[in-house]
Amino acid sequence: MRLGVVINPVAGLGGAVGLKGTDGRDIVTEALRRGAEPQSGLRARHAFEILARACPGVSVLAGPGQAGVDWLTGLDLDVQILPAQPLLGTGADTREMVAAMRGQIDLIVFAGGDGTARDVLAAAPGLPMLGIPCGVKMHSGVFALSPSTAGHLLADLLAAGAGRSSLSEVEIMDIDEAALRAGHIAPRLYGVASVPSRPRRMQAAKGQPGPRDDQAALALAAQEIVAGVSSDTLLIVGPGRSAGQVISALGHVPTLLGVDAVTPGALIAQDACAETLKALVAQTSETRIVLGVTGQQGFVLGRGNQQIHADVIRAAGGRGALEILATRTKLAALAQPCLWVDTGCAALDQSLSGYVRVRTGPGETQMMRIRAA
Amino acid sequence: MTTPREIQTARWNEPVIHQLGREGARGQRFPAPEAELPRVTLPESIMRTDRPDLPELTEFEVQRHFLHLSQMTLGMMGVSLFGTCTMKYNSKTAEYATLRPELAEIHPYQHPDTLQGVLEILHDFDLILRSLSGMDQFVFQAGGGADAAYTMTAVARAYWADRGELETRTEMVTSIQAHPCNPATAAAAGFKVVNLPLEENGYPSLDALKAAVSERTALVMINNPDDMGIYNPEIKEWVRVAKEAGALIFYDHANFNGVMGKLSARELGFDACMFMLHKTFGAPKAGGGPAVGAYGCTDQLAPYMPAPLVVKTGDRYALDDDRPKSCGKIREFWGNVPQVVKAYAWARGMGAEGIDLASDISVVANNYMDHRLAQIDGVVRSNPDITAPRMEMTRWSLAPVFEETGVGTFDFANRMADYGIDPWWMSHEPWLVPEPFTPEAGELWSKADIDLWIDVVAQIVREARETPDLVKSAPHNQPVAQLKGDVFEDPEKWAMTWRAYLRKFA
Repeated sequence: MRLGVVINPVAGLGGAVGLKGTDGRDIVTEALRRGAEPQSGLRARHAFEILARACPGVSVLAGPGQAGVDWLTGLDLDVQILPAQPLLGTGADTREMVAAMRGQIDLIVFAGGDGTARDVLAAAPGLPMLGIPCGVKMHSGVFALSPSTAGHLLADLLAAGAGRSSLSEVEIMDIDEAALRAGHIAPRLYGVASVPSRPRRMQAAKGQPGPRDDQAALALAAQEIVAGVSSDTLLIVGPGRSAGQVISALGHVPTLLGVDAVTPGALIAQDACAETLKALVAQTSETRIVLGVTGQQGFVLGRGNQQIHADVIRAAGGRGALEILATRTKLAALAQPCLWVDTGCAALDQSLSGYVRVRTGPGETQMMRIRAA
Repeated sequence: MTTPREIQTARWNEPVIHQLGREGARGQRFPAPEAELPRVTLPESIMRTDRPDLPELTEFEVQRHFLHLSQMTLGMMGVSLFGTCTMKYNSKTAEYATLRPELAEIHPYQHPDTLQGVLEILHDFDLILRSLSGMDQFVFQAGGGADAAYTMTAVARAYWADRGELETRTEMVTSIQAHPCNPATAAAAGFKVVNLPLEENGYPSLDALKAAVSERTALVMINNPDDMGIYNPEIKEWVRVAKEAGALIFYDHANFNGVMGKLSARELGFDACMFMLHKTFGAPKAGGGPAVGAYGCTDQLAPYMPAPLVVKTGDRYALDDDRPKSCGKIREFWGNVPQVVKAYAWARGMGAEGIDLASDISVVANNYMDHRLAQIDGVVRSNPDITAPRMEMTRWSLAPVFEETGVGTFDFANRMADYGIDPWWMSHEPWLVPEPFTPEAGELWSKADIDLWIDVVAQIVREARETPDLVKSAPHNQPVAQLKGDVFEDPEKWAMTWRAYLRKFA
């Protein structure tokens, strides 16, 4: 397995000085002015120390200077340096380096936060990645628990060799920092990336099969939704992979980052805006709104799907019109055991509050409490 | 805290028995039949045309082979705080009782007049379980806890079908932390599964239950306490809510040890319950022998139980097979009867006071264990903010040690064997707690045993920090080193029998 290493030297700067994030050059300047000290290089070095100790001499392709090689000196690694480029100190650095590494590596290891993950994804969609957690915001599923667990995971992957690790798909999320500074959590889905799973080892006893394929279970649940609606029912779907299973079940390709509208017979609108959806609902006698859940926070409405306007939800019939799909793993990992809505209409949020059934597999639901954010 | 010492297990170069011996070797030489015996000719259809492919060894060689194999195991006699399994000593007296010809040499097809002794034990043990649960009738057919849960779903199906409501009562409600056999068996029986999440108190909320049950609910299946170890104080309300919706409610007593003698499922309002005789009632489990899930219910559900049931008329015991509403067979004949006899022996040996005291001891032992585990830096109890008492076990997490050192719960399990301690139990699916382990200190274990177990955990935590590779490459003192496990990903490489091995590898 060939590794690439990219370090975002300013990741995490905003956190300790109360800036909620470090997106954009002005915020970096402000963070440094407030006395923030860069941490990401040291954290990345810690991960690679562990890797070098476990797998001495392993070769890695690293970014130049502060974006990579500077933090790996003196470690027992065979470091190849990506031809130097001027560092601009913005996300463009990450994007250019990752793009230049494409084809030469099997896994990109980056040190950063959600913003860095977005840059890696944009530069090399489809390239497996692993995040060393250094950011202020880390809502994406690509991060190891800590720099040391990242190091151990890499060591385990290299020791295990080919064929013993599998990739799993996770969501790249980010939060609008300006909104967050104003006290408002607005997570948004930016895409899907694959991350290496920890090599499977045997369970010691009571031998049980491996974890089930949660997305496959959702795909079957989506087929149940499709089978249960009449031919003229309007399905408003998205965003996200879980909700998108309904679109896939009907034979279309879901707009991962947007909202689609379908009937069992036809794809009506892709990446639809609020006005389109309002018009569609007005013409339809029955509407179901198919939603996913944002990781960790547990938002179902009002974050990344504002197209599904309060008027659309009301016209569809409110809470009874919701079909929510989420993997059991995602529900188990929520920061609080509930789901949140923020439709912009307090009265609607109140009426949506209460328990709903979230579909987690075929013939399987989980009760979850919806709360007004 | 003392430093535990590593052990060294025997490592024999022991081939598979088919690779041992030589042609013509015999354990016993049987005399030729006497000439005066009548010659019996078997029907051709059942005559073999070839010789069975059996290994040829002397009796001594066979003994040596199996002695060596037994020396390469931990023997199921070590300190094993294997959570959710309620490890108990399996009495040799009870074992010998089941080897007696009165039990070992009978067959369920014999005339009941010749089976009065064993039927009496089944009947009397039924009465003991009735007194522990308040139920009206037990059956021992199920070959384990999950099979008893399945019995419940089969009884529920028959019950609702008989009332003409099976088409509408399609859902089973349970908790995400209940034993996974509950949703699994309900799904196998054709019900849809509604899971309730654990909320702030560490158990599912009553509001979630109220939202979940309806005229579509056939059955509610719950453990209390579940694997989190917290007794749900609202349990009577749960029963009321389920009953108001017209649903049946089943108490999975997998975690009975902490409450045995203290509560009665019937008094709480449950319609049915299940006991695991191979756990709570001292009969062997896993490598020690087959299991029994004893399923009991009220008179209302009894007509739908699997048949036959043991009944007593006057002084005579009989098998009642004439049960037209029965859900049918869950398992052949009457279940694993020797296990029932062992459980009966355990219950008679303990007595009501002994059972009551044992649950007290198991709760005290568990809380002592929790107290000492909490002193190990890097090991944390799940839901640390919840102050409700934990009963006979709870889920723990190794996440801080793992984050710090990369040594996880699988590695710990492997390394424990190097100290002669059986690998710990991690968690049922789904894993809600990262790097989980679930220890359970029942009434069997002395304080010295519990201390040893915790000292081993503390020692491996030290090793994880100082020599992590030592832990990650364990076991080192066992006859078999760490397995890569690749083979389990590829059915072409599985070989569960010698015949399959020859087919795939020879």
